[in-house]
Amino acid sequence: MKERYFDHASTTYLDQRVLQTMLPFFSENFGNPSSFHAVGLKAKVAVTEARKKIAAILNSREEEIIFTSGGTESDNLALIGTIRAHSGRGKHVITSSIEHHAVLEPLLLLQKRGEIELTILPVDREGLVSVKDIETALRPDTILISIMFANNEIGTIQPIADIGRSLLNWKKQQATNFPYFHTDACQAAGVLDLDVEKLHVDLMTINGSKIYGPKGIGLLYIRRGTRIEPMMIGGGQERNLRSGTENTPGIIGLSTALALAQQEREQENARLIELRQRLIEGLLKIPKTRLNGHPTERLPNNVNISFLDIEGEAAVLYLDAEGIYVSTGSACASASLDPSHVILATGLSYEAAHGSLRFTLGKHTTDEDIDALISVMPNVVQKLRHMSPVNLDMKYFVK
Amino acid sequence: MSDQTPITTATNEARHGDVVANSKDKGWFYTDEVKEHFFHPKNFMENEEEYGDAAMGMVGSPACGDAMKIWIKVDKATNRITDLKWKTFGCGSAIASTSIMSVMVTENGGMTLEQARKLRPQDIMLRLGGLPARKVHCSVLGDKALRAAINDWYRRNGMNDKLEIEQGRLIDKVLKVTDHDIEEAVLDGALTLEKVQAKTKVGTGDPSCIPEVENLIRFYTDKYFGGAH
Repeated sequence: MKERYFDHASTTYLDQRVLQTMLPFFSENFGNPSSFHAVGLKAKVAVTEARKKIAAILNSREEEIIFTSGGTESDNLALIGTIRAHSGRGKHVITSSIEHHAVLEPLLLLQKRGEIELTILPVDREGLVSVKDIETALRPDTILISIMFANNEIGTIQPIADIGRSLLNWKKQQATNFPYFHTDACQAAGVLDLDVEKLHVDLMTINGSKIYGPKGIGLLYIRRGTRIEPMMIGGGQERNLRSGTENTPGIIGLSTALALAQQEREQENARLIELRQRLIEGLLKIPKTRLNGHPTERLPNNVNISFLDIEGEAAVLYLDAEGIYVSTGSACASASLDPSHVILATGLSYEAAHGSLRFTLGKHTTDEDIDALISVMPNVVQKLRHMSPVNLDMKYFVK
Repeated sequence: MSDQTPITTATNEARHGDVVANSKDKGWFYTDEVKEHFFHPKNFMENEEEYGDAAMGMVGSPACGDAMKIWIKVDKATNRITDLKWKTFGCGSAIASTSIMSVMVTENGGMTLEQARKLRPQDIMLRLGGLPARKVHCSVLGDKALRAAINDWYRRNGMNDKLEIEQGRLIDKVLKVTDHDIEEAVLDGALTLEKVQAKTKVGTGDPSCIPEVENLIRFYTDKYFGGAH
């Protein structure tokens, strides 16, 4: 049975070219970059080169890049770190209702502990945050805003540059340095322009495992002048902001992966958008379906569709049996028994949220994979609908 | 509800579950028995028109993520269930547990109505070779739908004295919250007093019952999730 992987937003395979650049740094160049001898120096040089490469892509300074263990740590450090460093300055934080758990959960925890006052902005039906809403929510004591670049579930791309510009205006008017602006760019990193000067962000999260790089490595871009309190305390690596011996092979892998993704993105985006549109068109031919997310402001590799009257986990398992790997926003497939907060935030009903499936394409996805999925999916839906006692009217798609 | 029409209306009361991984949870994946019944479901309802006269029971709602309908035919002379058909909206274990229940109830000449009423979620889980802890609530629904169908059968046969309304012991006498409500809340993933209260409001009417509520939470957590967290 041919296996077809439609879950690239969960994680990607490691690009062989990335692996090749990493291999020398396991047993051969194994040194600790902090060591004061030739072995350590070799590792240090490699880490410096990697940082330079990434800084060029982000249009930032080298010292503005801090390596971490991944997206979750970068998000946590960006939020908790800036909030705690500015507890005397203000308590107000703004975010959106469709952020990744690595952003929402730490913010909710700080809110519960009374460390912040949190405004969670809604999104529209397509999953877009409104710049106007952000402007309205701003307060003199707002210290931080966190809005993700592109959503991992529904693929909606937020107007980060517009938000950034609007915040610059506010800062100018108010003659203040606040609020800081953070974006989680994990899903966007391989696809969109990451120039921090165009985006006007102060903090940006990127990780390796979504861009054909290694797992267990990420970075946080921190604009110079942004004060941040470290969470890992120890040997003072990464400018005292993230102690712990550098993950040299991971850092090398991340820099190669990011460089390759950015070099190839225009061509690959065009290819993926074509496949994506064909898949969307093919799947929406199935009755009682709806596309989640934005029709055009959307990651090139993301398709998210709700199928009424069926439950997502059951569909995932039937597809799995056909060698087709997808994911669902259904409650049944998550550790919590709630359906996806992202899908619900776009105004979909619980019923439709339970029947949502996410198909995310990638480098290895071919025309033939799309054909196979389009031909298998109607049978799976039909079989499950046949078994289902539910036959909802289309009006129950939305709340 | 006694009609044979599919569920066509949505409900707003979705359950806000919050089951987190627990130490005794051996894994997420299903046993071979679960897979067999999920991929090759037995006795599912092919033609509802043929069962227009059959007794029917229903439980759950699509908003909750699980909904089941069960039809039974009963031999009046022996009181045994000779046929059970079902339809399920839900995850893999919801489908598999309804399917295996249909086999358990009808095999070896069929269970008597009294035996069938005593069928418990644990029996179904045992036959399936276990379920991931967070999936337990799915199989709990099948036996409830079955008991509803049995009541419907008695009702249709004019034996109203045999009806058994599912009611538990009153815990919060003001808000009329029963031990069943607390059991449901625990099965839904509320493993702390705070979370059970968020679902049931128990104790806000009659605060004196809170120690007993905490006892029940411990009891049901142990029963369904196999120990302390």
